[in-house]
This record gives sequence, structure tokens and C-alpha cells, in this order.
Amino acid sequence: MAAETPALPGAELFHPRVRLRKGLGSAFLVLGVASVVFGLAMLAFLVFDVVERAIPWLRVEFLTQFDSRFSDRAGIKAGLYGTAYMMFFTILISFPLGVMSAIYLEEYARDSWPKTVIQINIANLAGVPSIVYGLLGLTVFVRWMALGRSVLAGALTMALLVLPIIIVATQEALRAVPSSIRDASYGVGATRWQTIWHHVLPQALPGILTGNILAASRAIGETAPLITIGALTFVPFTPQSPLDRFTALPIQIFNWTSKPQAEFHDLAAAAILTLLVVLLTMNSLAILLRNRAVRRRAG
Amino acid sequence: MRRVSLAAVAALAGVVAVLAVACDGSRGPGALPRSPDLPPPPNQQQLRPLKGEIIIDGSSTVFPVTQAAAEEFRRYAPDVRISVGISGTGGGFKKFCAGETDVQDASRPIRDTEIEACAQRGIEFIEVPVAFDGIAVVASPRNAFLTCLTTPELKTLWRPEAQGKVTRWKQVRASFPDQPIKLFGPGTDSGTFDYFTDAINQKEKASRGDFQASEDDNVLVQGVANDPTALGYFGFAYYAENVGKLKLLAVDGGHGCVEPSFETIANSTYQPLSRPLFIYVRRTAAERAEVRAFVEFYLSKSFTPVISTREVGYVQLADPIYVALTKRFRAMRTGTLWPQGIEIGATLDRYLQ
Repeated sequence: MAAETPALPGAELFHPRVRLRKGLGSAFLVLGVASVVFGLAMLAFLVFDVVERAIPWLRVEFLTQFDSRFSDRAGIKAGLYGTAYMMFFTILISFPLGVMSAIYLEEYARDSWPKTVIQINIANLAGVPSIVYGLLGLTVFVRWMALGRSVLAGALTMALLVLPIIIVATQEALRAVPSSIRDASYGVGATRWQTIWHHVLPQALPGILTGNILAASRAIGETAPLITIGALTFVPFTPQSPLDRFTALPIQIFNWTSKPQAEFHDLAAAAILTLLVVLLTMNSLAILLRNRAVRRRAG
Repeated sequence: MRRVSLAAVAALAGVVAVLAVACDGSRGPGALPRSPDLPPPPNQQQLRPLKGEIIIDGSSTVFPVTQAAAEEFRRYAPDVRISVGISGTGGGFKKFCAGETDVQDASRPIRDTEIEACAQRGIEFIEVPVAFDGIAVVASPRNAFLTCLTTPELKTLWRPEAQGKVTRWKQVRASFPDQPIKLFGPGTDSGTFDYFTDAINQKEKASRGDFQASEDDNVLVQGVANDPTALGYFGFAYYAENVGKLKLLAVDGGHGCVEPSFETIANSTYQPLSRPLFIYVRRTAAERAEVRAFVEFYLSKSFTPVISTREVGYVQLADPIYVALTKRFRAMRTGTLWPQGIEIGATLDRYLQ
């Protein structure tokens, strides 16, 4: 079998079994490819199914009308506005809070047991089921702070939900900045603040933005916390202030899929497609920003 | 760097703005065409200038009726902002008795504990039944032997003691074939489950647990439709939307087999599986012009025929009852007429006095 084996001590213990090992290798490759194909096929099937059912319902009126009991008059204006307003405030609240917390934990806080405790808690909070945040939001924002079932209460709840994700992602991004950059900055006499602002943050920005995109994408599709805090279902008006009542796209979708009339199930598909488009627009905008940030630093 | 983060905020604001521009087309109530067969309310002129907010929450079963009422009302009173939520009957009463909502949708009468909670906050309520709902018992169209079941047979099938024991159709009626039983029903949080168990097993929430439960009635429809040995129950509206896929069973409540239909539910011959649906109006809210106008519209001939249309799927009450209810509402008669909770097979004649 293995002719070139030299007379090394213990060589007789080595069984090349090249065939078997190569076979295992290719089997693993096949398995990997199959997994990818399976995942993509499922996704393609789902997207195809949604698009196919949604197409006939995608008209301008679908975006400009409020919900109705007649399928041909039902639209998602209230959900679209509600989601847009809520996401705007969610990002406005969670982005600065999350990034600043991460900067503190990563750049300022000394390694001590309080930091470890906080760190572990943040990591755990990222895995808490969203309904728990809904209950927290109901108790703290809706009842205790008496914000009611408002856009702001929804945004604050969502902000809590995504904060751990943002903090963890931002910390990762800050950690990836080589310490030589910090050392060089200190070396020319920069303060800690100048170092962070002029060197660490720009370097980490693409990573921070990616983390925030992922966090916002999670928030936009969440239904459970919104239902818990009491976001409404039939709202034939758009919110006029952050303290106004609202509904959101996922709630609209949930409501339509549970209706007996089959047309509403297709309308739900159209709403799902709209939600996907909103999500992709948001993501591509953030990616665009990220690429600009990267280019600017390179140039 | 500062410019970049500003740009980020600006861009996010941009998304919102783009969405707003994209959506800002037809606005206002003029877009809704009027159904020709419904007379406009006589007080049409007084409705138009009305302003204000009406916050409604509660049962998901009653939601389609109240949603339709709000939608129709908006054509006449475009500046009254009505929102309807679905927290369930129990969850809704918590908010109603905390004074957070003006009107409560309920698929059962208010309970003693809820009356107490309301009383503690000084909240008085006016009880208004608005429609009837029937629970349909269905099988697959491929099922040959099921056409009518008596209430004792339904109890044999569904009582808690049947769990794991009643598993073949032969056990329900000797003439049935020796085939396995597959049961489908709504989840335990649903008002339909509460009423069915109360009506069939004489105890609310007492049911066998080994059945396929789903909060989504469309899942139940699919499950029953595809299995010739299956039986399930859910709101009549879900049957009405899936007539070809399901076989409707008649129920014998002691006076012969009766199939549910808009007629048999309305005239209370489909017993014991039809029940009234309610709205509860906070007394202090009912003193506001817009709330009063909305509830009176809800009970008027300009709206009630909508309840029995395909889009809503429930059964409207008899006209004299709506007239009596309107009078009661105008007189602000508070309190419940169901001190013992829902009575199986009861009519709404009590509101006529």
C-alpha cells in the first residue's frame, strides 16, 4: 500500500487508509453543500410562495389605505407608519445608549468583578425571549411611566430588546481595533477621549454599523412584545405624536393570517413582502453608509 | 467622523421620510364607497362635526364586528379616531376596569371578580349584546358516518374522563365504525373553548387534553379537512369560509338535529352551541357625544345588517332587541343581566323589559 514509508520507529502503527480519509473528506463536503442547498432552497421556496401570493395585491392603494373588512380596500398604511415611527425612535434611543455603553465597558472600565458581572448579564440578556421584554415594557413604560400604548412605549421596549445585541456587537468591533493604534495615538500625546474619537471609533465604525443593522432587523420583525404592551390592531389613523396609539406591520400580518377569509392570507403575504422591502431598504442604507465610512478612512 | 454619524441619523430619518412620502396618497374617509343597501343614520348631520378618541379593546372574537362598526362609523364621523385592540376578553376587562379603555369587546358576560375590580375604581358599565356567534362542529367531507351528534355524544367525546379512553368512534355510538378518533379544537385561551366546554361538559375549561389544539382556526380547518376520522369545532365564520372543504354536522340538543346557519343561530334553535357577543361601555365614556353616537350607530339599522355579511361572519340580533338595547343605552342602565355568567341556551329577551 504505502510504498514510500521509510523505516521510522513505530511506522508499523501508522495505517494510511488514504481511501477512507479522502472518502470522509468528500462526504463532509457533500454534507456541507447539501446543508447550504437545503437552506437556500427553503428560503427560495418561502420567498417564492410569498411573492406569488402577494403580487396580485401589490398596488399603490395597498400602501395608502387603512385596514378594512373588505380585502380589496384593506391596506397597511397604519402598520407602515407605526413601524417607521417606532423604528425611528428605537434607533434614536438604542444606538447612542448601546454604543456609549460599549465604549465605556471596552475602553474605560477596568477589569474587575463588577465589569464581569455586567458583561455576563449583557450576554445573557441578549438571549432573553422577547415576550419578557414585552412584559417589562408593559409594567415600566406603559403603566408605571404612564406612556400608555404609545409609539414611544413601543420604541422604548424595542430599544431595551436590542440594546444587549448592540452593546455586544459594538464591543466586538472595538476589540478588533489593534491596540497598536491606541498606543500610537497615546504616543503622540493624545488623550484617551481623542484616541477613542479620532482613531478607535472610525476604525470600528463598520463593525458597529453591522451590529446595529442586525439589531434593527431583529426589532422590526418582533410581534410578541408589541402585542404584550398592547399595540392595537385596527387603527384607522396614523400616529401624530410619539405618544399616540399605533399598530405595526407584524401585528397587521398576524391579524390577517388568522382571519377566516382566504384573501386576507394573501394580503398578509403582501404585507410580509412590504416588511421585507422595508427591512432590505434599511439594511442596504446602512451598508451604503458603512462602505462610505470604510472608503473615507482608506482615502 | 462627526459628519458620518450625522449622515447616519439623517439617512435613517430619510427612510422614514421616503416611507411617509410613499404612503401619503389618498387620505380621509371619502375613499370608502358606501354600500347601497344600508340607509345612512338619521342623525348624519350631527355625526360629521364630532371629534374625539374612542379606545376599544378586548375579545378577538368580537373584533371583526367592532372593526366593521368603526369602519362604517368613520364614513359619517371622519374625525372620531377609533382604535380597536385584541387583548382577549379577560385581558381587555383588566384594562377596561383600570379605566384605560372606553369600550370593551367581550365574548362572555363580565365576571364577578371583574365587576369588583371595576367597582373599586368606581367604573360603571353598560352591557350591550351586539351579535350571536355559533360554534360549528365539523368533520371531513370524506367522512361517511358523521351527520348529527347529540350533546351527550359530544360530551362522551370531549369530557375530561375521555382522555386516553375514548379513542375509537365505536365507543361514541355503537353503529359507528371501529376507526380511530382524531380531535381538533381551539387552544385553552380561547373564548370558544370556554363556551364549548361549558355548554357540552357543563364546566368551563373542563375538557380532555389529548386533542390537536391551535389558536389559529385556519390550522384546525386544515387538520379536520384532511382526515376522514377527524372531528373539530370552531367559530361558524371559519366554516362559512371553507364550506367545500368541511362537512358541517348537526347538533341534537334534545329537540332534534339542527345544523348551524345564520337562521338557526339567530332564532336560537341551534342549541346549545350559539352564544351572544357583547360590548361593555364605560358609563363616563358613554356621556361623551362621540362614544354615544358610536354605540347608537353600532345598534342602528345603518350598521347591524353588516354583521351577517361574509366580511364579518356573525349573526345579527332581531331588530326589536336592537331597539330595546338602544333605549337601555340611552337611559344609561348600568350593570349586568347575567349575574350567574352565561346561561346555555338563553335568549336575549331579558333586555326587552
